[in-house]
Amino acid sequence: MLKWLRGGSGQAAAEGGREAPPRSKRHSSALKELNRNLAREENISILDLGATSAANISLFTSKGMKVCTEDLIVASTDPELQIKDFDGNPTYDVDRFLKDNLAFEMRSFDAVLFWDIADYLPEPLVKPVIERICSLMKPGAQLLAFFHTKDAGPDSPYSRYHIAGEDALDVQPIARKGSGGYYKLLRVFNNRHIENLFRDFASLKFFLARDNMREVLIVR
Amino acid sequence: MAEAPKIVDRRSDVASIGKSVVIKGELSGSEDLYLDGEVEGSIVLNGNSLTVGPNGRVRAHIKAREVIVHGKVDGNILGAGRVELRKSAAVLGDISSQRIMIEDGAYVKGSIDVQRDAKPAAPQATAPQAADVTK
Repeated sequence: MLKWLRGGSGQAAAEGGREAPPRSKRHSSALKELNRNLAREENISILDLGATSAANISLFTSKGMKVCTEDLIVASTDPELQIKDFDGNPTYDVDRFLKDNLAFEMRSFDAVLFWDIADYLPEPLVKPVIERICSLMKPGAQLLAFFHTKDAGPDSPYSRYHIAGEDALDVQPIARKGSGGYYKLLRVFNNRHIENLFRDFASLKFFLARDNMREVLIVR
Repeated sequence: MAEAPKIVDRRSDVASIGKSVVIKGELSGSEDLYLDGEVEGSIVLNGNSLTVGPNGRVRAHIKAREVIVHGKVDGNILGAGRVELRKSAAVLGDISSQRIMIEDGAYVKGSIDVQRDAKPAAPQATAPQAADVTK
């Protein structure tokens, strides 16, 4: 934490210095259903785990919702989390990550915006993060997740998702600060993987999209 | 770089803490403050505004009428009137205010709670400068 205050960005080197991919719009059926479900509830609290979006915060707060934000991808690239085990092999400090992140004691959420984070998280974090998120959700709460399909290339950039309507998203690829490069797609989940990943949840609903994304609305 | 002239303009009108200054303890006052240094403890400027400059490093809870952040804050921000996070801002903590403005690029880790406008106690009462949601 002190390192952060001293100006450490906590971000690793970039994957290349390509030009910024353009922003794009996409239709989201899962978002539409999430919005429809949330419209029936009151005193909603939302956890947005993607890159901070001013538009999303403004939208939620204007509806009287409580919002918590936390950029898990930026947090996961803290070089101090890269440690070595007793044998000197590189490993990841999952305990420390979970101590510093997703630490919302005494809070629970009606909806979680998980976006496509699972595709970019370091492997050792994926399962523990899902378990922690599950523990932060109220029974019946919903989680919105996107997964790239195998047709998506490894250069598919990590993006900030701005909600631009009931079923519309403005997708803004984001660069790593200070590098000009982009986060690399680390893996592609198939439907079976996704079902296993969220097996502690009550239900999963898949939505087919026209682009190289699979949308899932998951109920705890 | 576009907002840099605005920051300079504000500095001529307000108390200023330069980027080489480090303060540990409680910082309080009754005038507007521009802070480009490092503060660890607490900052209370009831009825006044605080601007954390691009070099500002705050490790403290902040309570002020208006809070504008260009730098880094590790602590909760309670702005009675307005909180603005500019694109270079990074905040680790909860934000509560009547109005919150966040530029794209700002980093927030914490909850954001927009308070509803406080209603005046009585019609004939003197209009307050800003509704104080902290009371």
